[in-house]
Amino acid sequence: MSTPTLLEGSEAIADAMIAAGCRFFAGYPMTPFTEVLEQMARKLPEVGGVCMNAESELEAVGMAWGAAATGTPAATGSTGQGLSLMQESLAEITLARLPLVVLNMARAQGDYFQATRGGGHGDYRHIVLAPVDVREAVDLTQRAFHLASTWRNPVLVFGDYYLAHTARSVSVTPLDFGPEPDTSWALDGSTGGSGQAKLVSPLGSYKQRDHVGYDLADHYASCAVATAEMTAGVEPLAECGFVDDAEVVVVAFGTPAAYVRAAVRELRAEGARVGFVRPITLYPFPSDAVAAAAEGARAVVVYENNQGQMIDDVRLAVLGRAPVEFIGGLSLDSSGFGIAPDLDVSVMRSRIEGVLAS
Amino acid sequence: MKRRVVEGLEVIATDEPPTEPARLVDDFTPTLIDVGEHHLCPGCGEPVAMRSVLEVIEELDVVKRTIGVFGIGCYTAFSNNLDIEVLQALHGRAPSLATGVKRAKPDTVVLTIQGDGDMVNEGLQEVIHAAARGERITCIMLNNGVFGETGGHLTATTVLGQRTKNTLDGRDAHEHGHPIRLSNLLAELDGAAFVARGAVNNAGNVAKTKRMITRAFETQLAGAGFSFVEILTMCPTGWFIETQEAPDYLADKLARVHSVGVLKAP
Repeated sequence: MSTPTLLEGSEAIADAMIAAGCRFFAGYPMTPFTEVLEQMARKLPEVGGVCMNAESELEAVGMAWGAAATGTPAATGSTGQGLSLMQESLAEITLARLPLVVLNMARAQGDYFQATRGGGHGDYRHIVLAPVDVREAVDLTQRAFHLASTWRNPVLVFGDYYLAHTARSVSVTPLDFGPEPDTSWALDGSTGGSGQAKLVSPLGSYKQRDHVGYDLADHYASCAVATAEMTAGVEPLAECGFVDDAEVVVVAFGTPAAYVRAAVRELRAEGARVGFVRPITLYPFPSDAVAAAAEGARAVVVYENNQGQMIDDVRLAVLGRAPVEFIGGLSLDSSGFGIAPDLDVSVMRSRIEGVLAS
Repeated sequence: MKRRVVEGLEVIATDEPPTEPARLVDDFTPTLIDVGEHHLCPGCGEPVAMRSVLEVIEELDVVKRTIGVFGIGCYTAFSNNLDIEVLQALHGRAPSLATGVKRAKPDTVVLTIQGDGDMVNEGLQEVIHAAARGERITCIMLNNGVFGETGGHLTATTVLGQRTKNTLDGRDAHEHGHPIRLSNLLAELDGAAFVARGAVNNAGNVAKTKRMITRAFETQLAGAGFSFVEILTMCPTGWFIETQEAPDYLADKLARVHSVGVLKAP
């Protein structure tokens, strides 16, 4: 697996999941997630894993939940639409403190709020990683498994049509994240009859022998502590370019960020004082990197293929240091998949030039 | 206990202090239940059903490889009170979780505990697909024909004429549709190996139901396919009747629509 091979993103992500130890996957076909499922259905059994062709997204996330509860590294995924169906379970899986990797092969970028705010009920957060290309996806997908098991929390990998379907020469090498986190909480039946049988529940881990029953206030408070520790403990990641003396800073994530980065490099080469910040972790958001870039800038502008969602996090990070403007917009792709004529370096460039000229 | 013979009959002596303490709730508690007290209503059938399941797990000697997946209903009161490993699911979703557990750890014995609201209303497709896949799990449905936990509301198994809080004049076929006989539906599926419907309204039915549960687990242990036991349980609170009337109400109303018996066996 270490020899660089030309792989489509879907296959590279599947290989990365398996390299990271994933042995259970469940999914339901939906473009552009479908090919990830195809690859897992083909490759997981070869390493002794299980891939389930679930009858719906509801069942896919349920199956992954069950496997995760046994301590088996597990993943599921879909597009944002399919993930909408999974939100109830994703919320409960988080409150049950289970590790799970969730892929969103999104259609354009309208799912930023779904990913970072969560569409489910209750107080919870998911770590969200947004690779810019196939090569970074191979690393981040593996990191997702490590983060999920370390923090016992779902981790979402936010991709898109381009990530799933672009072929790139990559080598998928297992990354070493150090010792495996403790999995003594996982179920295998063996503690039955011991007087200390394990319980994995989104309602809490109190047994009646210790307590009158489930204490949801206490459980939710302990989940809040775990969430706070996770948020403080996960290093926010961002790629920054030319920000030190930038008059205008452009913020973008995922595939569009590759086009923004190219446009900024072109303008820099021509002497324009423009820089970029590309958040790699969408949660925790790299607020410090954005704030540092905004220091001394005339404007911070945000490019997203949506009506403006990440811009909220950018504004919270910039905190008035500079005006924050939106230069993105809804995808122009009539198929709805986010394969778009607007993803074009010249389009980004002209919008950035407009800000530079103002 | 000191006994003496009075007029030819052996009786317990009551004219002197007992030689051993009176029997307490815990004396009757199955060993796999942590705490013998529960907060379910008097006359509820679910504790009897739960006891039967736990006794079977013990008798089949699978305590150390069993994982119970619980739905949401009154019976959820048991999910943190058992000495078997438990995975708490969402309302309706237990068969998917059980599938994930069993596929990831094929050596485990996996069961779900769900009610009629959980399984037939909220999660009908889950159990149907699990059965069709021949998933080697055992699903137990406690059917009292009512949402007990919310206080007695119409479910998909409520029988015609049954009064609930949202069918005050009784379930009407034209207005509220017909009840689903889930066991009959599942028995039609090729992946379902064992399907039975029991009841806990009298001692005979409790004994028969326990035998059904045993056969369901044996089906799973043999790897023969999906196994299912529906258990009709009393809910005097949700039926708005006197506690002592509930066993007969079950026989006269629920069991006339949801007939007790083994529908399918390997």
